Amino acid sequence: MNIVVCLKQVPKKDSILRIAADQKWIDDRDVSYEMSEADAYALEEALRQKEKHGGEVIVISMGPERVRQSIKEALAKGADRAIHLHDSIFDGAVDAAAVARSLAAALKDEKYDLIFTGLQSDDYGFAQVGLILAETLGLASATIVMEVQPQEGSVRVKRELESGWFQWVKLPMPALLTIQSGINQLRYATLKGIMAAKKKEIREVKAADVGLTADDLKPVQIIERAYLPEKTKRTEFIEGKPAEAAAKLVEKLRFDARVI
Amino acid sequence: MSQGILLFIEQRDGVLNRTSFEAMVAAQSIAESTGEKLSGIVVGKSIASVASEVASRKLERVYTVEDDKLAEYTPDAYVAALKQTIERLDPRFVILSHTYQVRDFAPKLAAALGKTFVTDCVGFRVEGGDVVFTRQIFQGKISTDVRVNGNPPVFASFQAGAYRADKAESAESPAEITALDVNMAGVEIRAQSEPKFQEAKQAVDLSQAPLIVAVGRGIKSQENIEMVQKLAEAMGAEIAASRPICDNEWLPMDRQIGSSGQTVSPKLYLAVGISGAIQHVVGMKNSQTIVAINKDAEAPIFDIADYGIVGDLFDIVPALTAEINKVKGSS
Repeated sequence: MNIVVCLKQVPKKDSILRIAADQKWIDDRDVSYEMSEADAYALEEALRQKEKHGGEVIVISMGPERVRQSIKEALAKGADRAIHLHDSIFDGAVDAAAVARSLAAALKDEKYDLIFTGLQSDDYGFAQVGLILAETLGLASATIVMEVQPQEGSVRVKRELESGWFQWVKLPMPALLTIQSGINQLRYATLKGIMAAKKKEIREVKAADVGLTADDLKPVQIIERAYLPEKTKRTEFIEGKPAEAAAKLVEKLRFDARVI
Repeated sequence: MSQGILLFIEQRDGVLNRTSFEAMVAAQSIAESTGEKLSGIVVGKSIASVASEVASRKLERVYTVEDDKLAEYTPDAYVAALKQTIERLDPRFVILSHTYQVRDFAPKLAAALGKTFVTDCVGFRVEGGDVVFTRQIFQGKISTDVRVNGNPPVFASFQAGAYRADKAESAESPAEITALDVNMAGVEIRAQSEPKFQEAKQAVDLSQAPLIVAVGRGIKSQENIEMVQKLAEAMGAEIAASRPICDNEWLPMDRQIGSSGQTVSPKLYLAVGISGAIQHVVGMKNSQTIVAINKDAEAPIFDIADYGIVGDLFDIVPALTAEINKVKGSS
């Protein structure tokens, strides 16, 4: 059973985020990068399915040179080969639709039973690339998946719904699933895996290779301004040593807020 | 020329999903600011009562689309029915609430129509006849104003809690309800769904608790939760948790607060070692009084807290418990 995993590299979760001078994005000068969290879980799920059912796990990612680091991590964890969409033209493709279009073009000749994406990325958080890709490729899909059970020609998945509700859904394969964080426990790459990864193929794809131009991938949604959210609340910070602060807080909760 | 605003109303088994009223508040406001007419759309089977309830609100018209294939939600059926309808009605905007269901089909719908979808918006403004949407990136840490250069309809979904459902304006007389036909004959429904279920036995209904003490990743280990439990007991509060704590099974799933757990609005919500990621905050941001204890002064939880203590919870929590017991002892 062959599984394609779409990975996105994003600024590390604990990064100090500063707005860039032009106020269009973050200032990424001192930022470290990592695999988007849900994508890491998607990769882990693919690797587990491969361990159970055999087949190949192919990872695909789009972005500049630094993305190779996350690709190598995926290969070290057990993915079999990788596709890296690497082109300055792809750097300008920031809309979910443009990303999906690029991925679809690169996957044109690949054979797969399942495509996994994270349910949304940790940076933009559009929660769309997976489904737009599914629509482009004509695949059945399910989102926010917490469990994956492949069967004969089909896959049964547990979808998360609001407020603690769930639902099992059966889809024909090939299908695309967007994976929820927490579906499994992430593994670490072993030294053996890291060594093996050095021999694994990373196929570099340029926009021209798949017939795409900058015009094809031009953003339709433009960030006019990025800024720190306006605080609607004025937080009263309580200072002092723990015992002091505790006493002050309890007093405020009793007499100001009157909630205890 | 594309005209009007189409508001998607979500229902399940003939019961209206109330977050649709939150999206309605946004849609009514966009309608007023742009001068566009607002219509609602309900798809499904046996949705007459849902349509009536929507029609009691201030909008121009409510469209209903009924078919056997729409009785159960599936992305294939909803995309097919709504694609035909939107092509026919040609609205300028399609507005939805950013629910789990909308996340499951709406991106496919927009893609099928070749249109752009601005998801998970927290606000908007109108400038020179154009709508600029506000959505957050990096899990709520940064806001962006987004301008759309695409052809209409522009799809936009609003985050749960960004607007208050009770602010949806009512009408003096009910809007007209119009049934629309769709051709579902050639539509292949690929998903087979089983009945929905709840995993955790819902032993506790946190939405009824007046006082809640919630614990997050800052607690570091399962053993340390007892310290927070003591605080909750002393206060007469229910204990709750953010998702990672429940994923680790340090507390049962019915204690989870957030987009995949319970939504609460107690008198007091005390967040201990919770960073305030958006998935948690949507479940508690309407609490009357919010107190946050976190060692990181930049933690987003402080953006919504009424009172904050920046410090080590391992010192502060026991100090709070001692203070509460002291106050109780002397009263």
